[in-house]
Amino acid sequence: MRQLLYLILITNSLNMFGVEHYFVQQDSFAKELSRYNFFTDQQAQIPNDRVFSYSLASALFSDFTKKQRWMYVPDGYQASYRENGVYDFPDGSALIKTFYYDDDSINKKNLLETRLLIKNNGSWKAASYAWNEDQSEAYLKIAGKTIATNFIDQNGETKKVRYRVPNVNQCKECHAVNDEISPIGPKARNMNHDVYYDQVEINQIEHFINNKIFKPHAINEKLAIDWTNPSMSLDDRARSYLDINCGHCHIETGAANSTGLYLDLNEKRKNHLGIYKKPVATGRGSGGFKYSIVPGKPSESILIHRMKSLDPGIMMPESGRALADKEAIEMLEEWIINL
Amino acid sequence: MKKTKFLIFCSLFSLFVSTKDYVINPGPDAYENLQEAMILMNAGDSILIKSGDYYFEDSLSLDVDNVVIRGEGLNSTILNFENQKSGAQGILVTSNKVVLKDFAVIDAKGDAIKVIGADGIAMINLRTEWTGGPKSTNGAYGLYPVESKDVYIDGCIAIGASDAGIYVGQSKNIIVKNSQAMYNVAGIEIENSYYADVFNNKAQHNTGGILVFDLPDLPQQGGHHVRVFNNEITNNDTDNFAPEGNIVGEVPRGTGIIVQANSQVEIFQNNIGENDTVNIAVVSYQLETEDKDYYPHPSKIQIHNNSFGRSGFDPDLDTGDLSKILFSLSDGDMPDIFWDGVLPLKQMIFGQPDEEKLVLKHNGDATFLSIQPIQYMLSIFDPVNRSTEEFENDPSPLREIVINRFW
Repeated sequence: MRQLLYLILITNSLNMFGVEHYFVQQDSFAKELSRYNFFTDQQAQIPNDRVFSYSLASALFSDFTKKQRWMYVPDGYQASYRENGVYDFPDGSALIKTFYYDDDSINKKNLLETRLLIKNNGSWKAASYAWNEDQSEAYLKIAGKTIATNFIDQNGETKKVRYRVPNVNQCKECHAVNDEISPIGPKARNMNHDVYYDQVEINQIEHFINNKIFKPHAINEKLAIDWTNPSMSLDDRARSYLDINCGHCHIETGAANSTGLYLDLNEKRKNHLGIYKKPVATGRGSGGFKYSIVPGKPSESILIHRMKSLDPGIMMPESGRALADKEAIEMLEEWIINL
Repeated sequence: MKKTKFLIFCSLFSLFVSTKDYVINPGPDAYENLQEAMILMNAGDSILIKSGDYYFEDSLSLDVDNVVIRGEGLNSTILNFENQKSGAQGILVTSNKVVLKDFAVIDAKGDAIKVIGADGIAMINLRTEWTGGPKSTNGAYGLYPVESKDVYIDGCIAIGASDAGIYVGQSKNIIVKNSQAMYNVAGIEIENSYYADVFNNKAQHNTGGILVFDLPDLPQQGGHHVRVFNNEITNNDTDNFAPEGNIVGEVPRGTGIIVQANSQVEIFQNNIGENDTVNIAVVSYQLETEDKDYYPHPSKIQIHNNSFGRSGFDPDLDTGDLSKILFSLSDGDMPDIFWDGVLPLKQMIFGQPDEEKLVLKHNGDATFLSIQPIQYMLSIFDPVNRSTEEFENDPSPLREIVINRFW
């Protein structure tokens, strides 16, 4: 009887068109991604109302996958600006990110996983959904999943990859700020650039303010840039890359704070940035080198050594990649030469 | 009848205390079952990993407070990571009051068991081992709690780590006992930590037996209050195989104990001998640092009532500076106990306050050598002091470390 009542309640609250807020508010994650109704067409990844696509100035490298990001903020609520931090989202908000490879042979996307960060009662929780073979649904994977797949790299070559969908704990490893889960990307520093919405070019933050996703605000912090843009200064490119790829753990409040190596955008102390900094508990990660960064000598810098490595006992980041980010490594080598 | 009653009682009882005991068996689904249990389990639950060989390709992680993960013995439940493809350690623990017990982690690609930021971690009867012998490609640490409080390590075996077998870093309230560390670069290392008791352990056939270190530029420094007692620190004779660049790469083969830049370390009732280079070295941190909060000199180090065997009979002159300097200053007559004598300039000129001085008492016929840095720098007088007279003061014992039992 009670179950029937619940069922009626659920069905009544079911909104056939908008995001399914009932599931967003639950303590545990739904088993299937489709439950949330974040998309009007999930397979084609067409977002629902109040689900807004966004992009970051520089992005975390994840084995050459492409990523599409959306944020959902419940109707009537807005996220507010926090200096040097992630926007303060209201309860019931969700961040949605799909990882995929372009599959040119069938002119379609090869969807790998969709990660969710959902905020309720003031705290975030994270999980990932792995797409099934025929791409009709994505299923919650508590313990993560290994996907052996191929992708075509920028030189047109087919590459194999052992793509790893993270488990719930691994989500936390990167997303921890003072032991609480936090998003990484949606900070004003990463979002202050022009984008196209409905074929109109507009500043992304302005667009979000116009759409009442963000409360109006001024920006009072150092901004990240697109590290792939060769017309920008090398120092800004390097620091922006390090910030989004390393700075979430390598920051005084992050999971790698015990190392004393801090790579967030605001770090100014040279030794903490790695310059002539001796390794602490690096083990064979040091590769026989004495310092994290030796100005002028990328080939003797532990930072480069660990970015190049594919050995799980050496590589950085520790999780989230099985391949090396060649282009970024070259840019950082150039940066170290010019330090 | 009695039995039924008992069963009813049990099932009633379980209604109130509904803890769950997950059981993991070897097989193709073992990894997913184990990792899923380690995520879904709640406070009070436990996991039993049945005996057998488990081959895992990815690291395991735990973030649930108040749980127990146990095997059926450190030679029976073997978690083998030789085919590891992802993850920087075998097992990562990030939660509080966790008990790990009765299993082995072998051939992890990085560290074997890393525990970070735990308020309460007990590691009992565990084995961490790299089975191919000492190699620079072995992982850095066997048992590796860092930034933790109430660290309890009992009855563990750590073999083959390319840094330290048992390493406790930036932690508080630590007990390491009844354990064995062999064929590691450092057997047991207590680094940047406060309040540690290290006793009844065997540190043998490592490069260095037991290290008590403090390093700069870290969130927690000023390591102090460490007692090292009743340990067997003998036959340390393995060539240093640490990858270059690491601080332990400077440790010469055959060092019993090194105290570097810590204060309040009490070393007593140990059996220390048959160590190739030196039985005990007390040294300052010698490298340059811009860290203004860091104190690079050891202070109040008390060494008393130890029994010493041979040392310095085969000094390692190829690793670091320590052994070379010692060998040349002693003309090959290597001491059991060495202090580098480096102090802040003011203390070198006006003398060291009594309460910070080295204490050497009742160490049998152990020999000693310290450097007098002013003489050393001026190079007109003999910089070597081999008399313990100045240091033979009565020890003032440090208090015992107590950890409230949560396991």
